[in-house]
Amino acid sequence: MNVPATITTMNDEPQEGTDLTATPNVKMTAKDVSVFYGDMQALKDVSLDIVENRVTALIGPSGCGKTTFLRCINRMNDLIPICKISGEIKLGAHDVYGAEVDVEVLRRRIGMVFQKPNPFPKSIYDNVAYGPRIHGLAKDKAELDAIVEKSLRRAGLWDEVSGRLDTLGTSLSGGQQQRLCIARAIAIEPEVILMDEPCSALDPIATAKIEELIDELKQRYTIVIVTHSMQQAARVSDYTAYFHLGELIEKGETNQIFTSPQHAKTEAYITGRIG
Amino acid sequence: MTDQVIISPLSAASVEGLDARYRSEKRYRRIGAGAIVASLAFLAFLIVTITFQGVGAFSKTEMRIEFSEAAQLDANGDAFLLLRKTLRTSLEGANARKARRDAYGIAGADAEDQVQAALNTRAQDTIAPFELWISTSDEVDLAVKDGLQTLSSENGELSNKTRLSKRQLNWVKTLDASDDLRTVFNFGFLTNGDSRDAERAGVGGAIMGSLFALVVCFILSFFVGVMAAVYLEEFAPKNKWTALLEVNINNLASVPSIIFGLLGLAIFLNAFGLPRSSSMVGGMVLALMTLPTIIIASRLSLQAVPPSIREAALGLGATRVQTVFHHVFPLALPGMLTGAILGMARALGETAPLLMIGMVAFIADPPSSFLDPASALPVQVFLWSDSPERAFAEKTSGAILVLIVFLLLMNATAIWLRKKFEKKW
Repeated sequence: MNVPATITTMNDEPQEGTDLTATPNVKMTAKDVSVFYGDMQALKDVSLDIVENRVTALIGPSGCGKTTFLRCINRMNDLIPICKISGEIKLGAHDVYGAEVDVEVLRRRIGMVFQKPNPFPKSIYDNVAYGPRIHGLAKDKAELDAIVEKSLRRAGLWDEVSGRLDTLGTSLSGGQQQRLCIARAIAIEPEVILMDEPCSALDPIATAKIEELIDELKQRYTIVIVTHSMQQAARVSDYTAYFHLGELIEKGETNQIFTSPQHAKTEAYITGRIG
Repeated sequence: MTDQVIISPLSAASVEGLDARYRSEKRYRRIGAGAIVASLAFLAFLIVTITFQGVGAFSKTEMRIEFSEAAQLDANGDAFLLLRKTLRTSLEGANARKARRDAYGIAGADAEDQVQAALNTRAQDTIAPFELWISTSDEVDLAVKDGLQTLSSENGELSNKTRLSKRQLNWVKTLDASDDLRTVFNFGFLTNGDSRDAERAGVGGAIMGSLFALVVCFILSFFVGVMAAVYLEEFAPKNKWTALLEVNINNLASVPSIIFGLLGLAIFLNAFGLPRSSSMVGGMVLALMTLPTIIIASRLSLQAVPPSIREAALGLGATRVQTVFHHVFPLALPGMLTGAILGMARALGETAPLLMIGMVAFIADPPSSFLDPASALPVQVFLWSDSPERAFAEKTSGAILVLIVFLLLMNATAIWLRKKFEKKW
């Protein structure tokens, strides 16, 4: 397989005034978030700011709570009955766990890409069109077609699948499936995209494509990515948070974390001594 | 040549205990294959014996008879008289009273109807002679199927396999010699209702009764069962109440079916006053019995849908109901249908609960609605197996064959549905 030097993105839309050099806004804030699974505390008083149009990487050894934190952001942990959450997570000025919040609306604004590619066993078209359909984002077929094409282009998949949109999404290769899942997530124009180890089931070439894609996507979306690979965190992220046994040990700009970590545990992890 | 055996370092003999492991592996493989062979042999034995005994039910013997002008004139349009007179005259030596009765016994119980039907289709006032194939009585039919030559020994002694008299047997032999006997496919066996006369009895009524009951059973148990399973699996909180419910559903699946029959008798017949013996009540009782099976099968197929599909839909902002009905349910449907059809196949073969609600009655007319008194295939088998006439032994096996064909069809449908709706990953 050839790796394209760059993944083409659509240039037919004006860039939404994203100036990566300007002082970034804080998109989401987490304050003193603690999570319990029954009696077991999975997260201890995590406070973290997530910056708009930047990639925030959550790293740390297995079982450190980074995926738990990610799933708190769009309330996927609601599905686990024994999961109890305290603290505050805000999207803009609104509390994600507020009484008036509908999780469906929240998840429309905060999309998610999972560890294992999980396209629906439906056609490629229907996979991407599902979100816009249930949220009523397209008035007619033509509009839906446009959304599907735009999303697939942004996910860098259009050139590979444009001729066979009616084939099963599950018939694609692993890397293509994951990009299809990204296209599905961005089809409903979320503000934040959560990625839970999106490359852990992929080969290096597919991983490279996803990483380039993340770089493109951050111009429009705020991205939070959980990763096991420190190289990946170093490559794609602007900010990094290091979790250890449920605690947020260190957070900061990726360069600073990887070059001069403040905390001994962070240093031990990124230099490969633990983890 | 030395008598020392050279052991190759790569053969099993060079590793201690390895040949013992190989032996035990072979032993287990043989035991498994033996079990399969034994069960196949039992199945083959069952199918072969039932087929041999029952295949006769699908054919019947007819005799050609010519109605003369004189006989028609005498009978004056009365089929009963015409048939009797013709039998008397065309069978040689049927003059004395006893011989006449023997002659009448050659024709089947439905022969009169056949003659009447033939008379009805003819133009009025014609008395031209005509030929007709009429059915023979069950004893003649059995004698022909057993082989006419085997029934009497050389000295004229009758075999105890037949209840025909010597005179009757000679007539049948004469008819056979002059090509006036033929064996035809017995459509009546598949379309007629039950009858005391073996030559007229058929499984048509039982088939209709079973079909009506299965339709009612499917409608009630499938939708209720699937919705119950969806609720329990996807929406109900997991607490001690749902756990209790689950245990009870599993218990219901193993309740003896006659208990469900008693329940149906007490509730549907006595409390609600629904019509006794009707296929609707039969279907309702079978639905009670099938419900737990369908719930369990449906829950298993819902559990088999990977959670990642649910997460994908919920992560896009779908509600629980949208997630279930857009994604989980379609994926679980083939398994649910398979479970439902297998449950229905079990219900089709069920006799005991139907006995309790009166579907065991003698029903001569095939039911034409859900409320008509009806029988069912397994009940028909049960009823006929009790009949003393030898001809009903053949009918019993024939009805079992029909039942087996139905079961095979249902199982084939289950496999076909699963193949058709199964999603490729």
